[in-house]
Amino acid sequence: MEQKELNKIERFILKKVSDIEDVPEGAFNIRENGKKLMRKNTKNIKIETKLDKPGIDIYIQENTKGEKVYIPVILTADGMTDVVYNDFYVGKNADVTIIAGCGIHNSSCNTSEHDGIHTFYLEENAKVKYIEKHYGQGEGSGEKILNPETIIHLKSGATLEMETVQIEGVDSTKRITKGYLEDNANLIISEKIMTHDKQVAITDFLVELNGENSSTKVTSRSVAKDRSQQEFRSNIIGNTNCFGHVECDAIIMDQACVKAIPEIIANNIDARLIHEAAIGKIAGDQVTKLMTFGLTEKQAEKEIINGFLK
Amino acid sequence: MLELKDICFTREDKKILDHIDLKIDDKKYIVITGPNGGGKSTLAKIIMGIEKPDSGKILLNGEDITSLDISQRANLGISFAFQQPVRFKGITVYDLLCMSVGRKLKQPEACHFLSAVGLCPNEYLKREVNNSLSGGELKRIEIATVIARQASVVIFDEPEAGIDLWSFNNLIEVFEKLYEKINSSIVIISHQERILNIADELILIANGKIKESGTREEILPKLLNNTRSCRFLKEE
Ligand SMILES: Nc1ncnc2c1ncn2[C@@H]1O[C@H](COP(=O)(O)OP(=O)(O)OP(=O)(O)O)[C@@H](O)[C@H]1O
Ligand SMILES: [Mg+2]
Repeated sequence: MEQKELNKIERFILKKVSDIEDVPEGAFNIRENGKKLMRKNTKNIKIETKLDKPGIDIYIQENTKGEKVYIPVILTADGMTDVVYNDFYVGKNADVTIIAGCGIHNSSCNTSEHDGIHTFYLEENAKVKYIEKHYGQGEGSGEKILNPETIIHLKSGATLEMETVQIEGVDSTKRITKGYLEDNANLIISEKIMTHDKQVAITDFLVELNGENSSTKVTSRSVAKDRSQQEFRSNIIGNTNCFGHVECDAIIMDQACVKAIPEIIANNIDARLIHEAAIGKIAGDQVTKLMTFGLTEKQAEKEIINGFLK
Repeated sequence: MLELKDICFTREDKKILDHIDLKIDDKKYIVITGPNGGGKSTLAKIIMGIEKPDSGKILLNGEDITSLDISQRANLGISFAFQQPVRFKGITVYDLLCMSVGRKLKQPEACHFLSAVGLCPNEYLKREVNNSLSGGELKRIEIATVIARQASVVIFDEPEAGIDLWSFNNLIEVFEKLYEKINSSIVIISHQERILNIADELILIANGKIKESGTREEILPKLLNNTRSCRFLKEE
């Protein structure tokens, strides 16, 4: 493996997107400004650079238990569009945590953009917890754009739990998540988004429940402040005896705009699909209650939002 | 001392509170009772600052607090347990207790407040204060957060509602302890004879007016008589 000292900005962004202070334990690949910065393999996890396009292939062996893989991306060069393809091959019965994240530091007035296309292939009974965080910072007027795409293939009995969070600083994001589930597979997605200023966030979920007894639960919680705009689209297709539940819950503030477009399609009499969507302002009685504890109105709103997105 | 002077509150042509004068002395245990829709909760909300009276004054220890907002009054030592507690997505019981006292509580401290209302702390501290809690559980958490504040005027709006009989006995003990321990005035809005029985003073509110007020010894016999013959319900 290669070693290198991380500078201050790199460390800060790393902490924000993957909660690590320094070079992590376990397998990892840190990408900066379109190039590999550092990489480490372990006995069970091999990371290889793709030959045909930018990106990496991650191979996780059968029965690998309890290991973590970090693949953070840092963008500090301005005016750069970084497109990367990461493919994960997770062997039978493996049980691992994958932590991806992208942080942009842009202090220029040029646009920085990162488009990460992540594809997961989980073999029978493999289990993955996938955590993804997005973060933007920098004083410049340059836009920070992130367009992640996640494609998930679950073989029978496989489970993937995805947590995605975007709390600060990303000007524009369009995220696409697609899942294809075989028998007894289970896909759990939880998304948290907060937008402010003139930010725009669009998320799009497509889940095909193709296998007997497959199931999915998609939960989105978001807060839209100022003049920001959010759009939530979801489409769950039940092709067999399966279960799907989508829940979209948004708090709208100021002059923001939130749009939720649900679609559920049942192609089989035994498909059970539920969609719940709610958009509303912060409940007045919640603010009142916290004010009776001595919090100001602003503090109360902040606590309610923090809790909601926790 | 908390004083209400000539409080009026009218909504949709209905006099919800009609010239209310009330004095609540320090270290007093006061129970307000009366028929449904009489104006009890509204009065409590006016004391807390949740509703603003159309006219009249509210004084706390001689200081006019009529124009102060809810959080300012909270910081002066007024605390209020809602008749219908509020639910929060994502906020845990522990978070709520910390917010109520205004600092990070140590685990044992937080546990203590929950045990006091008969909830097993290990089960509840990490629970979210959301729809998954039962009505009685939520009500007890509400009471715990208000007790934790150790305020100087504490108002409980129908604390017994939704609480089972067995726990109700313990709850009465909680109020008795609270009364012994802190120098607060406790105001409980209640329909329960058991709670009326431990009051220093009783106030009967009906149709937005104070119909009776005085010591328990004076008022309780009249109330019980009236209730049994249903007279006060027929009045006016
Ligand atoms: N904002 C409002 N607008 C219109 N009517 C109101 C408003 N607030 C309260 N009321 C009415 O005022 C009356 C008193 O309500 P309040 O909740 O104070 O009664 P209460 O004595 O607490 O009754 P209960 O024993 O049922 O809790 C009721 O008739 C209620 O419908
Ligand atoms: Mg009431």
